[in-house]
Amino acid sequence: MVKKPDLTKIKTFLLGSRTNYGMIFTVLLYTLLLAIGFVYLYPLLFMLVTSMKSPTDLLNPMVQWVPTTIYLGNYEKALRVLDYSNTLVSSILVSVLPSLITAAVCSLVGYGLARYRFAGKNIIFALILATFIIPAQNTVIPQMLMYKDLGLLGNILALILPALFGQGYRSAIFILIFYQTFLSFPKVLEEAARLDGASDLRIFFQVALPAAAPAFIISIIFSTVWYWNETYLTSIFLEGGIQTLPMQLGKFTQAYENLYPPGMVNIFDRLNEAVKLAGTFLNILPLLVMYFLLQKWFVESVDRSGITGE
Amino acid sequence: MTERKLFRFKGIGLRTRENLYGYGFVFLWIIGFVVFTMVPLVQTFLFSVNQVTVTATGIDLRPVQWDNYSRALVTDPTFVGLLIEYVIETLVSVPIAIIFSLIIALFLNMNFKFKGFFRTIFFLPVVITSGPVIQELTAQGATSVPGVANLGAITEFLSTLPSYLSNPVEYLLTSFIQILWFSGVQILIYLSSLQKIDKSLYEAASIDGASAWESFWKITLPSLSTTTIINAAYTIITLSHFSENKVIKYIYNQTYAVQGGIGYAGAMSFLYFFVLLLLLAVTFLVLSPRREKRR
Repeated sequence: MVKKPDLTKIKTFLLGSRTNYGMIFTVLLYTLLLAIGFVYLYPLLFMLVTSMKSPTDLLNPMVQWVPTTIYLGNYEKALRVLDYSNTLVSSILVSVLPSLITAAVCSLVGYGLARYRFAGKNIIFALILATFIIPAQNTVIPQMLMYKDLGLLGNILALILPALFGQGYRSAIFILIFYQTFLSFPKVLEEAARLDGASDLRIFFQVALPAAAPAFIISIIFSTVWYWNETYLTSIFLEGGIQTLPMQLGKFTQAYENLYPPGMVNIFDRLNEAVKLAGTFLNILPLLVMYFLLQKWFVESVDRSGITGE
Repeated sequence: MTERKLFRFKGIGLRTRENLYGYGFVFLWIIGFVVFTMVPLVQTFLFSVNQVTVTATGIDLRPVQWDNYSRALVTDPTFVGLLIEYVIETLVSVPIAIIFSLIIALFLNMNFKFKGFFRTIFFLPVVITSGPVIQELTAQGATSVPGVANLGAITEFLSTLPSYLSNPVEYLLTSFIQILWFSGVQILIYLSSLQKIDKSLYEAASIDGASAWESFWKITLPSLSTTTIINAAYTIITLSHFSENKVIKYIYNQTYAVQGGIGYAGAMSFLYFFVLLLLLAVTFLVLSPRREKRR
């Protein structure tokens, strides 16, 4: 008779109750989370560790995960090969400027779609989706020829112009985010402003836009990241003019051999995977910094702005 | 009635006024669509039915009808092979990306300690998946499942399978992490629609005696069917637009090749686009809820 409550206690402890998950489930949960987390982090850890290996560590099969010394020579070389200070500045320009413009224009389009009923709106929605689906190579050559005629190849304007007209990289997603955001706002405030005699543009700028700040932040962050990582369009439109970090990483081997000709340097200065991975890490470092500073925005306000288009 | 009076000014009716302002806001986009998407698309199509030569003065077009298309499909020894490989890889990747992002979203929707820590890890790939980075990591073997892909027993087993079976499995083993890395945004989308499900549904179910397992299958999963379609489409599109995609690389190289040219590349682009649309259509057919079945 005394034992019975103890049994239930053990049972609750292991299997959980209404308020907690129970021991078995908790252990299972953390095991799974750690396993998946490890799989996610594995390439990053691998990159970080390998990039700090000295040439002797690389050749030593005993050294797997813990280098004998922390060797930063790879980073020195990678910084030179990537021409880091120049490519970093141009990468920031090439990703931040178009994304600011994209967010501004997409908010305008999203507001128009959310607040006005006009003929042909469904067609415009379909076309917006189409811009997301059509692969870049179906439109890129005529665009390139057009920029060539205008003398804009290698100029940042080749990325800014499409963004200015709502055709930036993945603009469709940002239009949908803004559409969803404005749709979720109550109309009352805007109607009150209209009663007070405010014009439509003024209502947009002074009533609707301030409330859409989370959508702006999300759009700018994601757009910046996507422009940063985009290499197909940038390599076609900017080649010869502007060199971004990912573009430079794409031809790392070639650039390395220009700086350190294989026949001229001793065996320890030849290109090895440690230097390559140091370059790769330097490439994503600015994004990692931005991610850790702004990560709250990546995650928390997505539900507020309703990224899903139901 | 009052509303109508409210909006009426300077003799313009409500309808006209809404039309005017609506188009006013969307105006920039329409110009952009025509200039940067529609005209180039039509031009690419025109190139694809011509033999295009770039001369010092401009572009020379010589009509060849559908020759470029038949060349890509019949004569070219690599294009069709790459296209089939792309279809198989996409069909393997999409279910994995969907299932994993759903599982992770379900985890992140629960309450537990260190949630923020795990969330930070799972969204990390959103930031760092760019073509050259993935290429470097794949080249150094960092995207395969640690240790598994190199096990002797597995390579031995794979060699006994016919190639149409072993290729997808091999792809899976060597690029498993890469597939997972493409599911960051999908996790976000799943998470946001999980949070939209009405909590009282679960309460009602648990009062009726449903276990958590049952409510997952009866409440959670059906509520996510639209989201799953969105996520599948998103996965297919991002994989197909990825700059390290072999078909895209081949088309890109052919554009500047002596044997290829702009016209031939255009034809291949349209064939690729067509296959992408086909994949999307199949996904919609498979994933859209079948209402007739329930009678």
